[in-house]
Amino acid sequence: MLKTFKLGGIHPADNKMAALMPIEDIAPEGKVQIFVSQHLGAPAEPIVAKGDTVKVGQLIAKSTGFVSANIHSSVSGTIASIDSIPDHLGIRRTAITITVEGDEWLKTIDRSKEIKHNITITPQEIIAKITEAGIVGLGGAAFPTHVKLSVPQGKKAETLLINGAECEPYLTSDYRVMMEYSEELLIGVLILKKALNVPKVYIGIEVNKQDAINKLKGLQSKHQGIEIVPLKMKYPQGGEKQLIKAIINREVPSGSLPIDVGAIVHNVGTAYAVYEAVQKNKPLIENILTITGKNVKEQKNLNVRVGTPLSSVLQKYGGLPKNTGKIILGGPMMGKAISNLDAPTQKSTSAILIMPQLEASRPKPSTCIRCSRCVSVCPMGLEPYLLIRLAERKMYDDLEKNLAHDCIECGCCIYSCPANLSLLDYIRLGKTEVLKIRRSRK
Amino acid sequence: MGSTILVTVIMLVALGVVLAIILYLVAQKFKVYEDPRIDEVEAILPGANCGGCGFAGCRALAEALVKSNDMTSLYCPVGGNATMRATAKILGGEAQTKDPMIAAVRCNGTCENRPRTNQFEGAVSCAVMAATYGGETACTYGCLGRGDCVVSCPFDAIHMNPATDLPEVDEEKCTACGNCVKACPKIIIELRKKGPKGKRIFVSCINKDKGGIAKKACDVACISCSKCFKTCPYEAITVANNLAYIDFTKCKLCRKCVEVCPTGSIHEIHFPPRVKKEEIGITEN
Repeated sequence: MLKTFKLGGIHPADNKMAALMPIEDIAPEGKVQIFVSQHLGAPAEPIVAKGDTVKVGQLIAKSTGFVSANIHSSVSGTIASIDSIPDHLGIRRTAITITVEGDEWLKTIDRSKEIKHNITITPQEIIAKITEAGIVGLGGAAFPTHVKLSVPQGKKAETLLINGAECEPYLTSDYRVMMEYSEELLIGVLILKKALNVPKVYIGIEVNKQDAINKLKGLQSKHQGIEIVPLKMKYPQGGEKQLIKAIINREVPSGSLPIDVGAIVHNVGTAYAVYEAVQKNKPLIENILTITGKNVKEQKNLNVRVGTPLSSVLQKYGGLPKNTGKIILGGPMMGKAISNLDAPTQKSTSAILIMPQLEASRPKPSTCIRCSRCVSVCPMGLEPYLLIRLAERKMYDDLEKNLAHDCIECGCCIYSCPANLSLLDYIRLGKTEVLKIRRSRK
Repeated sequence: MGSTILVTVIMLVALGVVLAIILYLVAQKFKVYEDPRIDEVEAILPGANCGGCGFAGCRALAEALVKSNDMTSLYCPVGGNATMRATAKILGGEAQTKDPMIAAVRCNGTCENRPRTNQFEGAVSCAVMAATYGGETACTYGCLGRGDCVVSCPFDAIHMNPATDLPEVDEEKCTACGNCVKACPKIIIELRKKGPKGKRIFVSCINKDKGGIAKKACDVACISCSKCFKTCPYEAITVANNLAYIDFTKCKLCRKCVEVCPTGSIHEIHFPPRVKKEEIGITEN
């Protein structure tokens, strides 16, 4: 029987229309805008000034703490300005704008296609290199990778899990990485394994990506200690806690982290970025971006420089299709609808999803009929119908008792609600308040 | 048959008497002394339980008023000076006098002034919207128009105007309890001095972006040009974080700032219409 997590989950149509499109490079042009905060944690501090010339891969903003990440230039050119610009949600944040001039890379970056197998450096050096390269989790949350690799005192990492589930519908960037950079990916996984000093690594892949499972299984014998685990198709399998439950059958308790049960989860995209950083000295300056949607004529998987404006990427492939109702950055379940197309891409941007008008708008909400569908699909075992009531009434104490802070914002509740209630909207609001209260108590 | 009824009645009466005696004794034993003045004060207070005074309700304020010897730190904004004077009469203290206040909506981003760039279709709540993204216009500070303030008002004194998509305060009903101030996630509403005959002047914008950006997003935004700051003869205006603010305790309602504001973001309320200078010239001749 195929492995999967136990509690809740849904089965949305996977719509992976861009799956067969090979990754294409797009050359940078015009200007790029690079936010100094593209990760969870403290924003980086710019170390360049207006008028400076930079090369591809050059450090332009330095991390300001442990939970923070370095930011590198993704193009070569001149710094045009360091100013606040609106991001994809219309909120103004500090960004470094660079005018693109040519494409001159730093000499230290190895740009050859040759695959480097030997991992010669020590675990400490690996973590130092990953910190230097500013790598963040590419699964969506953009949590700095070096923080996850530095296991806190008194805790022990026993298993490393690599998330290749890509359970979100429409997204294909992880699948393309597994297909096109299989060897590099496995070396990246081994690097992570060495850094954490764990005996066993599992790569969990959902069975709708059978090609990827076969391809990685074929290469498995060359790389010791890696096991490929085919997983049943179910959303949100790629959630950290769900993946741990599915593969090693351990439950992460409420309010704890995966490391508390001896597990560490990284995304396949992150593993590939780690390979490039450690073996090729290349910082995280590119991301694989899927352009997809039902009305989109040319489905694409692109290798885009961080900071390229979304509108210029779309313009290259014919602009927006007719009847566009909504543009989402990321997948349809967890991605965010955007209000500003001029915003640049960020390190963790995985897709531009263009929804047609018909599918985009939310139906009018009616009254909760207590059918408890949201309870049965919640992968965290919460009671969304109750949480929305409490959050609407600002009853934060009760929200905490009902573990609103455990919500992973997967959207299963709102997907399955027959009354079309805005469950997640309110739960997310309540969760933020509860987290604030919990933090103030510490 | 008759005796059965009689016995039942006697039994029940006896039981009733015994229980009444027990209840009386228990009530005497556990009696809590309560200052009778609390009831008197509570009767004077408005009884809206709005929480504008900072207490859980009118009774809580009455208790606090009776308990504390010093009345100066407590004030019922709804009842105002008259109520506080009546309370002082009962309690024999010195009542605090405050100028009457009113809620002022510091945003004039109507659909014409501030074009919508996108459409939000999530939950109908300003709090949710503010937590989700920057808003439907290019101004990330302005009114979101989902009416959290309307829901929060216990006096039915604030309503959305469908023409402008902005909340409007009903001056008759507003008691300055401050519930809308707390409900607004963008902190647009402020309690300001009502002023003589309702005359008041305020900056109807809270955009802290630089002038150019603010102006691009909204035609009537404060662009922090500092003209009002330079004009004000009473030093009532400060310009900080790219935004002008009029201190209502210092403002003498001379209206000079309203004249110089290039975007019209300073509003004057309940002033007689201005007489143009040329017209004055004609009458003099």
